Amino acid sequence: MLLPLVGASVIAVLPKGSEKAAKQAALLTTLAVMATTIAMAVGFQRDNVDLQFVEKYAWIPSFGINYALGVDAIALVLILMSTILAPVVVLAGWNESQGGRWSVKTFYILVLVLETMMIGVFAATDVFLFYVIFEAMLIPVYFLIGGYGTGERSAAAVKFLIYSLVGGLLMLASIIALYVMSGAQGGHTFDINKLSQLTMSSTTQNLLFLGFFIAFAIKAPVWPFHTWLPDAAQSATPGTSVLLLGVLDKVGTFGMIRYCLTLFPEASKTFTPIIMVLAVISIIYGAFLAIGAKDIKRLIAYTSISHFGFITMGIFAMTTQGQSGAILYMFNHGFSTAALFLVAGWMISRRGSSTIADFGGLQRVTPILAWSFFIAGLSSLALPGLSSFVSEFLVLVGTFTRYPVHAVIATFGIVLAALYILIPVQKALHGPTTAGNENLKDLNLREKIAIAPVVAIIVVLGFYPSPLLKVINPAASHVISQMGYADPAPTIGDK
Amino acid sequence: MTFTAPVLSYSLLSPILILLGGALVGVLVEAFVAKALRPAIQLTLTLGALLLSLMQVWRIRGQESLTAAMGSVTIDGTAVLIQASILIISIISIFLIADTEHFAALPAALPGSEEERNALKSGNQITEVYPLTLFAIAGMMIFPIASDLITLFVALEVLSLPLYLMAGLSRRRRLASQESALKYFLLGAFSSAFFLFGAAYLYGYSASITFAGIREAIVGGGGNDVLLLIGIAFLSIGLLFKVGAVPFHAWTPDVYQGAPTPITAFMAAATKAAAFGAMLRIYYTVFSNAQWSWTPVLSGIAIISMLLGSLVAIAQRDVKRMLAYSSIAHAGFLLTGVIALNKAGLDATIFYLFAYGIVTVGAFGVVTLVRDSAGEVTDLNRWKGLGKRSPFAAASFALFLLAFAGIPLTSGFIGKFSIFSAAYESGAKGVVIAGVLSSAIAAFFYIRVIVLMFFAESVEDGTSVEIPSILTRTTIVFAVIVTVALGVYPAPLLDFITDIASFIR
Repeated sequence: MLLPLVGASVIAVLPKGSEKAAKQAALLTTLAVMATTIAMAVGFQRDNVDLQFVEKYAWIPSFGINYALGVDAIALVLILMSTILAPVVVLAGWNESQGGRWSVKTFYILVLVLETMMIGVFAATDVFLFYVIFEAMLIPVYFLIGGYGTGERSAAAVKFLIYSLVGGLLMLASIIALYVMSGAQGGHTFDINKLSQLTMSSTTQNLLFLGFFIAFAIKAPVWPFHTWLPDAAQSATPGTSVLLLGVLDKVGTFGMIRYCLTLFPEASKTFTPIIMVLAVISIIYGAFLAIGAKDIKRLIAYTSISHFGFITMGIFAMTTQGQSGAILYMFNHGFSTAALFLVAGWMISRRGSSTIADFGGLQRVTPILAWSFFIAGLSSLALPGLSSFVSEFLVLVGTFTRYPVHAVIATFGIVLAALYILIPVQKALHGPTTAGNENLKDLNLREKIAIAPVVAIIVVLGFYPSPLLKVINPAASHVISQMGYADPAPTIGDK
Repeated sequence: MTFTAPVLSYSLLSPILILLGGALVGVLVEAFVAKALRPAIQLTLTLGALLLSLMQVWRIRGQESLTAAMGSVTIDGTAVLIQASILIISIISIFLIADTEHFAALPAALPGSEEERNALKSGNQITEVYPLTLFAIAGMMIFPIASDLITLFVALEVLSLPLYLMAGLSRRRRLASQESALKYFLLGAFSSAFFLFGAAYLYGYSASITFAGIREAIVGGGGNDVLLLIGIAFLSIGLLFKVGAVPFHAWTPDVYQGAPTPITAFMAAATKAAAFGAMLRIYYTVFSNAQWSWTPVLSGIAIISMLLGSLVAIAQRDVKRMLAYSSIAHAGFLLTGVIALNKAGLDATIFYLFAYGIVTVGAFGVVTLVRDSAGEVTDLNRWKGLGKRSPFAAASFALFLLAFAGIPLTSGFIGKFSIFSAAYESGAKGVVIAGVLSSAIAAFFYIRVIVLMFFAESVEDGTSVEIPSILTRTTIVFAVIVTVALGVYPAPLLDFITDIASFIR
């Protein structure tokens, strides 16, 4: 986990002006981290639902705070996704860092610091540590958006920071309450396993649940807490957007599983009906906004709101399929969004405009670029054979067994998805090449190398998702059984 | 009538005696040494006295005594911790004060007079600020260990009188500075009167001026509760005035703005430590059995201080005023620790005082650097684009603001967390919720300043960042290191505080 930090400090001591060296160092670091994570994933025991690769050191003993790390299948999958995306982002955004307010070096330092925190936030098993990283992560993202973005970048960065801080402080209040209660019930601790065994009155549990849930809902983002996202995504560089939507927002949905469900099972059940409604609204509302979007980056941000609605729905459907589907969805969404943002970023930097209407007939001029965008788009609308289909299907099936009405309404989200993806695809890629697009260059080798693994993952997991599902399923059913739910219908999916 | 000579424990009192001795020598230096030599000698003398005193405090850690000065002072773990914090904060403030650019060459001259111009031209700098600072520090050292009402009052005056003077020493905008000194003095005199009035009532209630006597009377009960209530209320007003809690905060913004910035730094950080040290002792030992009478009111004051401080700070256009309002909010946070009235609250408050003091001195240290030809620039609009012109100043200021806001991995977060959890543990949930809310509000204006510095286009109006002198740089770097170190790995200090923080009665 600390590997990226080493890379960051190496870049920090590089002399000024050595931009190329900084980029190469960043790329090497992220690749090394990726290799380490893959090695870890291979060594992961699938059927063991306990935390693995546990590390624990006393940090602030007088408060019972530990530097405690460990991963279960859910965390592992997300860490894997983050570490694969990091080198892709570095490679794809080779020139992104130029033209920012600060040096190229600073950009890569921020990215690497962020990568450390991304791994830490998923691996933390100490609630305090989780909170510290959860909040501290905001700072590098804030500077990445505000320093290297475009347009109204500082306003977007501030909006992002304020929203997240408010959510974070609500969570802090809940964490303090948990800490104090743990002190009254056998010793101060922040260990998630011990905290989940606390007994508390249902009112307390409901209030604390809300503290956590709102923080995660802002992060995720779930309607009505989503308004920061489009601005942030529009202003950030494509690479930052990938990290922001692809990884950071997953912290929200991850937190819902790890913290909301485990710490407050009763309250989660109480609030499930409301959250399901919010999720459905997110799906439909996000889709409608996406159809109306004129800016290509905003479009992707809106589609993400819709997708996060699916993930939230899967989590709170309280079925194994829903849960596995949601986890797989998080993984897949990371890659399909990454592909969309990266390709969109290349389109924008080539054309010098981010308005969808300015593009036209790219298929003729830049076939590879167009095809990549097409596949990413299809994955986003969950075409069978591409990775998102499996997860979306699982979520819908999982939800249907318990909440048929919600599932049916959510299905309309898929129909709308076809609209919001295919209309821009048709406008931008097909048809006659419109003025201003004749001389665009196709992807160069570096860009091809960057996008290839992402597209490969989308396609391979679409046909053959079972390796991942085998890892995810035990964890998902473990969460559900901890909640005291049994699956209502015979299970589908490969067990 | 027989007269017994007082028995003094000189080793336990040595930290204070060293400071007073240093101050007296400083006065002599001011009178007899050649002008050109004075600044260097005064600086060495002051720093020497402070360091020696700090060593003495370190040496007596772990010792406890009720009779160090015939029962007038109590030396215990809390005393040592607060004194050490005051000394460390003072040392780094002295580094800022050593930059004489901020002080009037001849403070006695009328602003704008011929005399003043001559003094400036001749380059002779009056250095009376050093002995004044030492006197003030000595008063601050006695304040938190006083254990009868008379000693407490004397300490209060010893620390306040030099501060009133020092607030009026500014070289630029002398009229504003003198106005702020007068304002501070008048309001301070009022609060002293309240304080004495409260002391008289407490004497009426308990027939004793010692803390132990008052405590026994409260524990024993049977006295006239009206006298006790009036006594507590008026004594509290005197103390709350010193820490600048709402509704006794009105002087804070004006004085912070008018006083020379190094003095503001010293005043904001060290006075708070001293006054909260005294409050901890008084509320945790003397009044702890009359908890019913003061916790609700103090909770209310804490809540208003936090909310009002944060809300009004949003509207400020001047960096020193903004920091003043933020200090009001922080007084509210610290009161939360006093209300907690448990061991965790005591430890948390001491930690917070130290962490906050260091951050405050660092932040004002940066303010001293941003200048144009007419002196410091405190208008926030002219701080735009500072990040480009001086990454060092802007980045450290940003870090201090994040610490004020309580972002994780800074000392401010650990402080806030520990103080809130202590208060929650004692059942003061409303205060904690108000605290979290006002943290959110406060984050808004701290971040706005960061945006100004880093993301706004810079203005070309002659605002420049002074190359920091080696002393100022030391202060800022030290503050940065402490802020980050206490944020990332606070365990050693927290354990140390937990081990030795205690009161003896």
